[in-house]
Amino acid sequence: MLLNQFLFLAAVLFCTGIYGVLARKNGVLVLMSVELILNAVNLNLVAFGAFNQSVAGQVFALFVIAIAAAEVGVGLAIVLLIYRNRKSVDLTGIDALKG
Amino acid sequence: MHDWVLSLAIFTPLIGVVIIMLTPKENETLVKSIALLTTLVTAGFGGYILKNFDYDRTKTLQFGVNKQWIEIIGSRYHVGIDGLSLPLLILSMFICILCVIYSWDHFPEPHNPKAFLALILILETGMNGTFIAEDLILFFVFFELVLLPMYFMIGVWGGANRQYASIKFFLFTLFGSALMILGFLALYFRAGHTFDIPTLVQNASTMLPHNSQLWIFGALFMGFAIKVPMFPFHTWLPDAHTEAPTVGSVILAAILLKLGTYGFVRIALPVLPDAAHSFAWFIGLLAVIGIIYGALGCLAQKDLKRLIAFSSVAHMGFVMLGIATLTSFGINAAMFGMVAHGLITGMLFFVAGSIGERYGTREMSRLGGLLVQAPKLGWILGFCAMASLGLPGLAGFWGEFPAILSAFNPAAGLSVVLFRWYMVIASIGTVFAAGYLLWMFQRVAFGEPRDEFAHAHIHDLHTPEWIAWTPMLLGIVALGVFPALMFKLTDGAVQQIGHSLAMVAR
Amino acid sequence: MLDHAYLIPLTPVVSFVLILFFGKRFPSKGSFIGVLALVACFVMSLVLAGQWISRDKTIETLHHATPAQLRAVEKTGHEPASNDAGGEEREYKRAPVVHETTWFENGPLKIKAGTLVDGLSVALLVVVSTISLLVHIFSTEYMRDDRRKTHYFAALSLFTSGMFILVTSSNTLQMIFGWEMMGLCSFMLIGHWWESQDNSNAALKAFFTTRTGDIGLLVGISMLFWLAGNTFDIGRINSMALSGRIDQGLLTAAACALLVAVIGKSAQFPLHTWLPDAMAGPTPVSALIHAATMVVAGVFLIARLYGVFWQGFHIGAGDGYTPVAMVGGVTVLIAAALAFVQTDIKKVLAYSTVSQLGYMVMALGVGAWTAAIFHLFTHAFFKACLFLGAGSVSHSGSHHSFDMKKDMGGLKKYMPVTFWTFTIASAALAGLPPFAGFFSKDEILVGASENGYKLFLYVGLIGAGMTAAYMTRCIYLTFFGEPRGAAAHHHPHESPIAITGPLVFLAILSVVAGFAQAPIFGIEAFSDIVEPAYVTNVVSHHGFFGILAGLGILAAVIGGVSAYTVYFLNRGPRGLLDRNRAAHAGYAFLANKYYLDDLYTDGVVGSIKGPIARAAYWFNQNILDGIVNGAAAIALATGRFSYNVIDQKIVDGAVNGLGISAEAGGGALRTVQTGKVQQYAAILFGALVIFAVALWRLT
Repeated sequence: MLLNQFLFLAAVLFCTGIYGVLARKNGVLVLMSVELILNAVNLNLVAFGAFNQSVAGQVFALFVIAIAAAEVGVGLAIVLLIYRNRKSVDLTGIDALKG
Repeated sequence: MHDWVLSLAIFTPLIGVVIIMLTPKENETLVKSIALLTTLVTAGFGGYILKNFDYDRTKTLQFGVNKQWIEIIGSRYHVGIDGLSLPLLILSMFICILCVIYSWDHFPEPHNPKAFLALILILETGMNGTFIAEDLILFFVFFELVLLPMYFMIGVWGGANRQYASIKFFLFTLFGSALMILGFLALYFRAGHTFDIPTLVQNASTMLPHNSQLWIFGALFMGFAIKVPMFPFHTWLPDAHTEAPTVGSVILAAILLKLGTYGFVRIALPVLPDAAHSFAWFIGLLAVIGIIYGALGCLAQKDLKRLIAFSSVAHMGFVMLGIATLTSFGINAAMFGMVAHGLITGMLFFVAGSIGERYGTREMSRLGGLLVQAPKLGWILGFCAMASLGLPGLAGFWGEFPAILSAFNPAAGLSVVLFRWYMVIASIGTVFAAGYLLWMFQRVAFGEPRDEFAHAHIHDLHTPEWIAWTPMLLGIVALGVFPALMFKLTDGAVQQIGHSLAMVAR
Repeated sequence: MLDHAYLIPLTPVVSFVLILFFGKRFPSKGSFIGVLALVACFVMSLVLAGQWISRDKTIETLHHATPAQLRAVEKTGHEPASNDAGGEEREYKRAPVVHETTWFENGPLKIKAGTLVDGLSVALLVVVSTISLLVHIFSTEYMRDDRRKTHYFAALSLFTSGMFILVTSSNTLQMIFGWEMMGLCSFMLIGHWWESQDNSNAALKAFFTTRTGDIGLLVGISMLFWLAGNTFDIGRINSMALSGRIDQGLLTAAACALLVAVIGKSAQFPLHTWLPDAMAGPTPVSALIHAATMVVAGVFLIARLYGVFWQGFHIGAGDGYTPVAMVGGVTVLIAAALAFVQTDIKKVLAYSTVSQLGYMVMALGVGAWTAAIFHLFTHAFFKACLFLGAGSVSHSGSHHSFDMKKDMGGLKKYMPVTFWTFTIASAALAGLPPFAGFFSKDEILVGASENGYKLFLYVGLIGAGMTAAYMTRCIYLTFFGEPRGAAAHHHPHESPIAITGPLVFLAILSVVAGFAQAPIFGIEAFSDIVEPAYVTNVVSHHGFFGILAGLGILAAVIGGVSAYTVYFLNRGPRGLLDRNRAAHAGYAFLANKYYLDDLYTDGVVGSIKGPIARAAYWFNQNILDGIVNGAAAIALATGRFSYNVIDQKIVDGAVNGLGISAEAGGGALRTVQTGKVQQYAAILFGALVIFAVALWRLT
C-alpha cells in the first residue's frame, strides 16, 4: 500500500493551502486555499481508511465535503457582500474587528 | 394555598413588574398604584404566613415546597420558612411597601417612576427568594438577582459619582459571589451530590474532612462577608450608599446587607460547624475591628449619608460578633440585630434623604438648626440616632447588648480570653457610637439655621413620609420594649444551630 | 400597692406619651398632665411605703432562702457581723415583694422583667416621687412661658419614670433600661435650650461622659449574668456573690466594671466634669438631676448590688482601704475645694452635689450601707431645696442670672422665704444639728470610724468643714451685702406660691427627715425599714458615738465660722496676716485661738480658696477636660487618618489597583487584536505547529 505517497501529496496540498490562506490578499483565493486544506485532510482520511480496511475514513471525508460545500457557500456570499460594499475583495483592508 | 403561599410571596412582585411594563408610561398614578398594590398583595401573603405559622415549631421548615427543578444537577425548587427566615421575609415585604409609599412624590431624577418601581419590585423578588430558598442553587440565583436592579438603581438614579459607585458595588459583590458559588460546588461534589441545605446540614460535617471544610468555609465567608460587609471588605458600602437614591440606600441598608449575615446563619454555620469553630476567632476579630473602625470612619465624615453608611459597618460588626460567639445567645442577638439595624438604619437613610432633598446638600457643616425649621423631622432624626446608638427600650439595644453579653462566654472550644477582650472593645464601641451619632445630631439639628438657609422654606413632614415612617418608628419602639416578639421567632431555630455547633465542640 | 408596684413607673410613661402627643392642645401645654401623674405617683409611693412598713417581718424566713445561705457564708469564716445578739433579729426582715413575668426566652433560659419592692426601693420611690412632684409644681411657674414647655414636661415625666424603673426593677437588665432612659432625658433636658452651642455641648458632654461609664455597666452586668449562673436576677446575684461560690478574681473585675459605671453616672472623680456643665439646663431639672434622679442612680447601683461590691472589694475586711471608698473620698475633697472658686450659684451647688455623692459612695465603700442610703434620702430634700432656691433667686431676684458676684447680693430683704429656706437647707447640708444632714453625715462618720476605715473618717470631717465654709460664702454672696448688677436694677421680689410652696415644703423636710434615723434618740426606723436582708446580714451596726458627732459638728462650725470671718466680718487673709505677724512671737503656741484662726483662715480656707482650689480647678479644666477633649481630638485625628490614609488610600487603593491592573493588562493585549483575519490565522497556525512539535517531543 502506497500510504506514504498519499500522505506526501496531502502534505503538499496542505502546505499550498496554508500558504494561500496566509499570504494571498484576494478573498476568493483564500477561500479556495481553504478548500485545498480541506481536501488535503480528505485525502488523508481516505488514505488512512483504505490502509486500515475501514469505511470510517470515507464517511468522514463525505462529511467534510458536505461541510466544505456549505462553507464555500457561506464564504462566497460573504466575499460577494464585501465586494458589493467595498468594490474590492482585498483582505488587507478589512479589519473592522480591530480591538 | 398552604403549599403555594411562599411561591406567591416570591413571584407576585414579578407579576407586578409585568403589569407595570404593560402600563403606558404617561399614566404615573396607575403605575404607582399597581406597584403599591403589588407590594400590598405580597405583604398579604406575608400576613397569611404570619397567621398560619406554627410558632411552637419555629425550628422546623414550614410551608415547604420541594419540587423537581434542574434535575441534571440535582438542584430542586425547595423553599420553606422557619424562625430564622420569617422575620427577615416580613421585614423585606414591609420595607418594600414603605419604599413604594415614600417614593410616591420623591422620585429621583431622571424622572421615570415606571422603571424605578419595577426595579423595586424585582429587588423584592430577589430578597424574598433568598430568605426562603432551601437549595443552594436557588439561593444563589436569588442572591444574585438583587444585584442587577440595585446596580441600575445606583447607576441611573445615583449622585454625581454614580458610575464609579455602582460598578464598585457590582464587581465587589460579584467577586464574593464567585467564591461563594465555588464553595457551593465544592459542597455539592464533596458532600453527597446535593444542593439541598437541610440535607447538607445533616451530612456535610460528617462527610467532609476538616481541611476541606475549612476551604469551603473560607469561600463562603468571602461571599457573605463582602455582602455584610465586614472590615476590610466594606469599602463598596460607603460609596454605594452615598451615591444611591434614598430608596436604594434604604433597601440596601435594611435588607441587602442582611443577605450576608443570613447566609452565615442559614448556610455557613449549620453546614460547616467544624470550620465555623476554627474561623470564629477570626470573624470575631474582624467584627470588633469593624465596630471601632466604622466608628472612627464616622467621626471623619462630612456627608450625612456617608456617616450613616459607616455606622452600618460598625453595627454589622455587632451582628457578626454575635455570630462569632457561636452561642445561641449570640446568634439570637445577631438575628435581632439584623432586623433592628434594618429598621433603624433604614429610617436614618430615609431621614437623611429627606434632609438632603430639602436643603439640597448633605454636608453637615452647612446644615444646622433643623429643629427650628422642621422640628418633627429633627426629632425623628434624634429618635433614630438614639435608637442607633443602642438606647435600651429601642430596638438597637437588643442587637448590641446580648452580643456583648454572649462574648463573655463564647461557645465551648473558643478562646475565652480573646472573646472577653472582644467584649470590652465592643463595649467601647457603644461609646463611640454615642459620640458620632450625637455629634451628627448636634451639627444637623441643634443651633440656629445657617445664613444660607435662614430664609429657605423647609417643609416639615409630607404625608407620604408620615405614612412610610410611622410603622418603622412604631416597630423600633415595639421591638425595643417587647424583644420577645423577635426572640420568640428565632429562638427555636437558633437553639438547633447552637446544638449542632455544640455537638462539634464535643 | 405592693403587688401593683408596676403602676408607679408606668404612670409617668403614660403621661409622657400623652404630653408628647396631646400636650400642645391644652392651654397649659400639657404641664398639668405631668403634675397629675406625679401626684398619682406620690400618693402611690406613700401608700406603698405604708404597706411596706406594716408588712409582716416574719415573712422573710419563710420565703427567702438567703438567710440560711448567708449563715452558711458566715460559718465559712467570712467577716461576720460584730455582735451575735443581733443574729436572731437578722433573720426577721421583711421579704422583698417580687412580681415577674417572662420578658423573652433564650432556649431554656427565661429572662424576666418585673418589679421588686423592698425597703431600698420604697425609700427611693418616696424620695423621687416627692422631689419630682415638687419640681413639676415649681416648673409650672418657672417654665411658664418657655417656648418648648410641652417637650420640657414630657421629658420630665420620662426622666422620673426612668428613675422609677431603675429603683423598682427586679433584675439588672431592666436596671440598664432605667439607667439609660435617664441618660437620654438628661440629654434632652440639659440641652433644652439647644439654640446655643454651649447648651448642646453640655448636653453632649453629659451623655457622652455617662455613656463612657456605661462601658462598665454593660461589661459588669454581662459578667455578673454568667458568674451568677445565667441570671439577671438581683436577689440571686447578691446571694451568689455573698456565698463565695464565684471566682474571686472575676467578681472583683465585675465590681470594678460596675464601679466605672458608678463613677460616670454619679459624677465621681475623675468623671465628675459633666455635672457642673449640666447646669446649662433649666434649674428645676438641675434640682431633679442632683437631688433625686440620675446622679444617685450610681449610688443606688452599688446599694442594690451590694453583695457584689462587698465580696468583690472585701469591704467587710476593714483593712482601711477599698477602691469604692477611695473614689468617694477623693471626690469629697476635690469637689468641695472646687466649690470655693465658683461664682455661679448653681455651680457651687453642683460641686457640692458631687462632694455629697462622694460621701455616699465613700459610705458604701466603708461598709456603712444604711448611712449611705440615709444620706441619699436626706440629701435629696435639702439639695432640691437649694437648687429650687437658686432657681427662685434667678427667677425673681437676679433676672435670670446665676452669677453671685455680678448679679446678686442683698436679696435677703426682698426674698425672705427664699432666704430662710435656703439657709435651712444649707445648714442641713453643712451637717448642723438638728437638721437632716447632721444625722446622716454622722452615720457615715460612725461607719467609717468603726468599720476600720479611719482615713475616711478624717476625709469626712474635712469635707464637712469645707461644706459649711462654701455654703456660708454662697449665702453671703447671694443674700447679704449690697445688691449688685441685676439684683440692683431689676426690682427683686419674692417668688409666687408655686415656687415658694415647694421651697417651704422641702425646708420642712430638711429639718424633720433626719429624725427617721437618729440613734441618739434611739430611733432606728430608717434602717429597720430600708435595710434588705442581704445587707443586714453582712454589715455591722453601731449605735451613737458622741465624740464623732461632736467632731462632725465641730468641723462644720469651724468651716462656717472661718468663712463667716472672711465674708461677713470682711476680715480677709491679708488683714489677719498683719495681725498675726505682730502677735506671732508670744502667742504662736500658747494662744490656741490665734493659732487656729491662722490655721483655718490662712492655712485652710486661704490655701483651699487660693492655690489648692485654683490648682484643682485648673487640673479640672485643663488636665481632665484636656484629656477628654484630647481623646476626642485624637479619635477624630485617628478617624481622619484611618479614613484618609488607610481606608481611602490603602484599602481602597488595593481595590482600585486591581481594577487598574486588569485594565492595563487588557490594553496591552488589545494590540494583538488587529482585526486582520490572516494574522489570526497565522497565529493559529503557529500555535498549532508549536503544539504539534510539543506533542511530538513529549510522546
